[in-house]
Amino acid sequence: MADPMRIRAQAAGDKTTVRVLMSHEMETGQRKDSAGKLIPAWFIQEVTAAHNGKTVLTAEWGPSISKNPFLQFVVKGAKAGDKITISWVDNKGEKRSDEATVT
Amino acid sequence: MKRNLLLGLAATALCAGALAQKSAADGIAEYRKMLEDGNPADLYEAKGEELWKKARGPKNVSLQACDLGQGPGVVKGAFVTLPRYFADTGRVQDLEDRLVTCMVTLQGLNGAEIVKTPFGKGEMANVTALATYVAAQSRGLRFNLPQNHAQERESYEVGKRAFFFRGGSHDFSCASCHGEEGKRIRLQDLPNLTKNPGDGIGFAAWPAYRVSNGQMWGMQLRLNDCYRQQRFPYPGFASEVTIALGTYLGVNAKGAESIAPAIKR
Repeated sequence: MADPMRIRAQAAGDKTTVRVLMSHEMETGQRKDSAGKLIPAWFIQEVTAAHNGKTVLTAEWGPSISKNPFLQFVVKGAKAGDKITISWVDNKGEKRSDEATVT
Repeated sequence: MKRNLLLGLAATALCAGALAQKSAADGIAEYRKMLEDGNPADLYEAKGEELWKKARGPKNVSLQACDLGQGPGVVKGAFVTLPRYFADTGRVQDLEDRLVTCMVTLQGLNGAEIVKTPFGKGEMANVTALATYVAAQSRGLRFNLPQNHAQERESYEVGKRAFFFRGGSHDFSCASCHGEEGKRIRLQDLPNLTKNPGDGIGFAAWPAYRVSNGQMWGMQLRLNDCYRQQRFPYPGFASEVTIALGTYLGVNAKGAESIAPAIKR
């Protein structure tokens, strides 16, 4: 099981800024280990954000995204108390989903 | 007349140049500011907190009874008083060394094994995460290392000697780079560590997350890498010299505010 994400969602007016920090190796598949063998690619492929269960953002990611990625976006119309759910799936099929409440 | 006009133009161009010019240090400070908002050190802090509270090891207990110098289980404020003398082990210990002691005495883990583990692997990665968690609980507090015990004063003196000791193929000492103001490696400003370098600089900024290699570094790895850059042999993990250097830097940083866990390029 992957390590938890850190999600912060802060409302200001009718906009909510969501900041997500994900814990992932994001191996490109280009690097070699100390023995000279290729380290197999391992990265997040799909990111989904939902506001009270309704999908507001989907993203396709690839090996060019950094290790432990940081994602920030704005959701219109989200109020304090609403739920923001972030999920990702990586190329090994591993999944992680975390939820935060808008403050 | 024409000459005056030209001079005027030249003067305007100069002013514009001065305004647009941003020093490398400003640029780096701006870059750090942007990164701070999503410092992945937070992930290690969360991992460290979980490790601190989780029952682990052959004895299956948590580290919550670990004495970091402020009494068993007291985490807040411990970081800014380390390294210090511990009566139960009879020596001066820094944070990472002390954490290993607790992992051995409380959880029954194999200390010699942990010390031999490379940085970022297995239990050593856990020590770094734990150090990140403990350091984070002292964020905003000011360094105030005790110097009451004879061994603490001795550790400071040993650290001072090590700091100024020149050797290796490049005839380097720590002081070659960190002994005066205004030095840098490439674009990185080097703090003068022979005195208090200021809030959140030098000793007060580690453990830190290194963006360039995506690794979390504790003070032990920081010192280890300094020795690598000096072309010295690698010092052992939590060896006397690394702890003595920690004491020297920590005592010098008295009054500096800790911003650990920080973020570095």
